[in-house]
Amino acid sequence: MGVGSVKEVGPVQAEQMVLNIGPQHPSTHGVLRLKVKTDGEIVSEVIPYIGYLHRCFEKHAESITYEQVIPFTDRCDYIASMNNNFGYVVAMEELMDIKVPERVEYIRIIMAELNRIASHLLALGVYGLDVGAFTPFLHMFRDRERILDIFELTCGARLLYNYMWVGGVSHDLPRNFESICIDFLDYFEPNIPEFNELLTKNKIFIERTADVGVMPAEVAISYGVSGPNLRGSGVKWDVRRDEPYSIYNKFDFEIPVGTGEYGTLGDCWDRFWVRMLEMQESCKIIRQALKTIPEGGDVHAMVPKKIRPPKGSIYRRTESPRGDLGYYIISDGSEIPFRMKMRSPALTALSVLDEISAGWMISDVIAILGSLDIVLGEIDR
Amino acid sequence: MIVDYLIDLIPFAADWPGLVFVSVVVLCAVPVFMFIAVYALVAIYGELKVSSFMQDKVGPMGQGVGLHAGKWGLLQPIADALKLILKEDIIPTTADRKLFILAPFIVFIGAFISMAALPFSQTIIVADMNIGMFYILAVSSLGVLGIILAGWSSNNKWSLYGAMRSAAQIISYEIPAGLSIIGVIMLTGTLSMQGIIEHQTGFVWGILPNWIIFQNPFTFLSFFIFFISGVAECNRTPFDIPEAESELVAGAFTEYSGMRYAFFFLSEYANMFVVAGVAVAGFLGGWQSPIPGLMDSPGWGLFWFMSKSLFLIFLMIWFRWTWPRLRVDQLMSVCWKGFIPIAFVNIFGIGLWKLIIG
Repeated sequence: MGVGSVKEVGPVQAEQMVLNIGPQHPSTHGVLRLKVKTDGEIVSEVIPYIGYLHRCFEKHAESITYEQVIPFTDRCDYIASMNNNFGYVVAMEELMDIKVPERVEYIRIIMAELNRIASHLLALGVYGLDVGAFTPFLHMFRDRERILDIFELTCGARLLYNYMWVGGVSHDLPRNFESICIDFLDYFEPNIPEFNELLTKNKIFIERTADVGVMPAEVAISYGVSGPNLRGSGVKWDVRRDEPYSIYNKFDFEIPVGTGEYGTLGDCWDRFWVRMLEMQESCKIIRQALKTIPEGGDVHAMVPKKIRPPKGSIYRRTESPRGDLGYYIISDGSEIPFRMKMRSPALTALSVLDEISAGWMISDVIAILGSLDIVLGEIDR
Repeated sequence: MIVDYLIDLIPFAADWPGLVFVSVVVLCAVPVFMFIAVYALVAIYGELKVSSFMQDKVGPMGQGVGLHAGKWGLLQPIADALKLILKEDIIPTTADRKLFILAPFIVFIGAFISMAALPFSQTIIVADMNIGMFYILAVSSLGVLGIILAGWSSNNKWSLYGAMRSAAQIISYEIPAGLSIIGVIMLTGTLSMQGIIEHQTGFVWGILPNWIIFQNPFTFLSFFIFFISGVAECNRTPFDIPEAESELVAGAFTEYSGMRYAFFFLSEYANMFVVAGVAVAGFLGGWQSPIPGLMDSPGWGLFWFMSKSLFLIFLMIWFRWTWPRLRVDQLMSVCWKGFIPIAFVNIFGIGLWKLIIG
């Protein structure tokens, strides 16, 4: 099985059929439409059509004040809202030259990493669903639920937090946060080997994902793919390490990369596995941060009364669970952004879909799409 | 058979043989239909609860107040059935209306008439034909016809994909299933279901039941080939590619709703029971007790047959909620490159074993 056997079927060609996957389809991860040209089960071309969830985020941002943009960033990648907030406030603080209190930096990193775990849990669970395994999905959602509870405790919201402000965070950590968080990590970390037993190392799962949708490193780089998808192809690139923002350089963590353990380097299994390992690394970062977080101080100390950045522009990228999330902000000196652009990691991941899924079967297209972990809210914005 | 018996028994019956025939058919069919309906409710409840416990949740539960699902959610399957009955029956305008309506019944008939030859106990069997096993293998594959019709008549590309996958899958997996049964027939020398079970009476060394699965290593393997092929014939995970929710929406059943969909659902569960029943009768001693002297009076036959079958159905449910789904070409290569060669070796092995050891 693998690349060869499916692609060798090439010469036996019948009339091609156009098949619409979506916008109403169980596994397009949102409202995405894939126009697929198929010859029987074998797919020759996949054209993604996007825009069903377009909410004019960038245009809208040009008519609202800087602090009003933050709730909109929540709604872009609604699976990892904390990370989206994080990217925006980091860019704004660099533009305005604000130095936030150290405690705030710690809080932000704890939240961002918790949200990374939550996001990866969703990605991995739904990927199980894509290849037909229902139970791991619910196990992972059970654990994600506990992270959402922690967020609810911290800022009152479970999905769209609006937690990080320019210059601070909306609320300080609640009492007992440390013990609650440690409890969660102690509970969660032993679950990861269980997930591996149930899904990752399952023979059928390996058959379905190893060697499928191979994305070589050069293809990934030329398409601008980033995050776990790029690392799955064996490229050790992580903005947290290579262009440290906030205080990520204070923490000790590994950057897991794909190794092609069961198939070829850069296959669906590698991308899946990288996410699994990243959850462990995030746990490590949270533990370190909880140990060294400074006490006291007002989390609103550096929040400016009025956000009026100087004339100029800034591009800052951060590592969201889906990859390099960049914000390009042009300020004309007023309270309203002149132009706002978001570089979406999921969009670049989607753009590579045709390249890596041509020649595979319909089932594989679903598996490849799932392994790229796209969020349509972020693609369409 | 029963008809002749009744004609002899009732003095005036000979005047209306047609009437006797019809009433016998109805008398046999109604209990079987009732059985399928009740069993499906139990199986659906089992599926809900087993999946719930595997997934760290409680499943349907009720507080016993108002319109709830009853204690422990026992009324949930009834509520589900009622919901399906009350739902609007949608037939797409572009569908081939006649075939669309016909398809669910053909699928159901395949599962329904195979029940006729299942030996529930020494006495409870609709027709103990001398070709019972052959009959079941033959009619149980009728269902695929209905699935193809459903896929074709829906006028939907997803349905067509599902139907084509289903046809390829069921026809392929018929072969290893049939070949494994040949081993059973070679050992027992009969095609009658009761004959096959009676052959498995007794115990080896007083402990190990003399079931065909334990008679020699090849039959042991045959059982697993038969059972796994059976799971594939029922379109259950990990072989549920014709339905493949995440790929094909609902495969051949995409356009069906309400009672018509319920019929497909019902036949899936009925098919599971047929597969489990044949596996129990062919390999696991049918209605015979597994422990010497324990509840082996004829009255317990039904109990043993049902518990063995339900255990196999539990295994199928377990598979479904644990494993991912295979891809269509992997499914085929498992069958043609794995099961069929092993099944042929098994036939040879069973023959050799019978010749040398006895």
